[in-house]
Amino acid sequence: MADKLHFELVSPERLVLAQEADMVVVPGTEGDFAVLKDHAPTVSTLRAGILQVMDSEGGDAKLLIVGGFAEVSGEGLTVLAEETFALDGIDRASMEAELHDLEEDIRDAKSDNDRNIAAKAADRIKSIFDVLDKIAA
Amino acid sequence: MANLKDLRNRITSVQSTQKITKAMKMVAAAKLRRAQESAEAARPYAERMEAVLSSLASSMVGAEGGPKLLAGTGSDQVQMVVVATSERGLCGGFNTNIVKAARIKIRALLAEGKTVKIVTVGKKGASALSREFGSITVKHFDMSHVKRLVFTDASPIGDYLIASYEAGEFDVCSLFFAKFQSALTQIVTDLQLIPATFDADNTADLGGASYDYEPDENEILEDLLPRNVAVQTFRALLENAASEQGSRMTAMDSATRNAGDMIDALRTTYNRTRQAVITNELIEIISGAEAL
Repeated sequence: MADKLHFELVSPERLVLAQEADMVVVPGTEGDFAVLKDHAPTVSTLRAGILQVMDSEGGDAKLLIVGGFAEVSGEGLTVLAEETFALDGIDRASMEAELHDLEEDIRDAKSDNDRNIAAKAADRIKSIFDVLDKIAA
Repeated sequence: MANLKDLRNRITSVQSTQKITKAMKMVAAAKLRRAQESAEAARPYAERMEAVLSSLASSMVGAEGGPKLLAGTGSDQVQMVVVATSERGLCGGFNTNIVKAARIKIRALLAEGKTVKIVTVGKKGASALSREFGSITVKHFDMSHVKRLVFTDASPIGDYLIASYEAGEFDVCSLFFAKFQSALTQIVTDLQLIPATFDADNTADLGGASYDYEPDENEILEDLLPRNVAVQTFRALLENAASEQGSRMTAMDSATRNAGDMIDALRTTYNRTRQAVITNELIEIISGAEAL
């Protein structure tokens, strides 16, 4: 294939991926959508899900991403994800421990503010688990 | 006149201090490089985010019912001041400069009759501010467990700010940190986090294209603005980390040089004293021999 989509995956810490791809499937808040070359300019927010990169030469890649947004412009696709995980690099046990701690925090929170913050962090981990369960199923 | 043994002891003590400051300088230099790399790596994300947000925001300007994070509460009575400093000392004027700038601003706000609430990040700023403003400090974030700063270290601060803003606990939030320019210069910066402000220069690069928004513009903006607070905080903390190491490197470099000067001066005195003692003894021997 001659025409390829320029794709960049950026996390707050670093540029995770920058490559040419045939197609990228992005987990948008309103449903997954695939982006090919010359896609109409779009801005979409993301939910926790699997980002799928397909490329006939460079090989395929699947990454778990949490939160952020995607922007398709004339130059290509930029995905800004708050967190990215390689699928095999997820340490489920430590995340479960963290979730357990957070649930304790929610119970012991002295103010609504503290409780909300802990609840938000717990939701984040739960959303990661949801995605993992879906793949396993 | 100081006796010889005292002088010898002082020289050894300054020498060992010099060894420590020299080692600290090397460590700071290595850490500085890493911190600078992280700060640089974080740039693309923050820049894209800002570009998208500012173009979204500019289309919302003047529109009624925009998100509160952008439009503000319409008041500036209650001011939240976030002061980000380091966890460790021995880094020159780094913490002092940030605290000084924050203190000036807080005093000015108080003088205007505003209510000020303070959030501190990092132990050093907290202890420096607690004497004067302990009663209005509402929260402290401890960063001592952080070895290498990642986004999830900064997001609780963002979450806290958003949650208290939504609970109506303050109207305007500004963040004090030191922007890294070089190992020699760090610029203390006062960044307004809430309501969000954008550089007009960054807007242009998205302006031309017409985008499809999914969901609509308003919802995206409402989703992104809270994230932006966390991203800005993260970025400020990265800048701060680089500044801290830069400042420490410079401070330790001059401390090492200073110790070197001191050793030279002490050694001169030591040699002079030694010579004086020898001369003295000779005189005593000679005059003793003459008396015979």
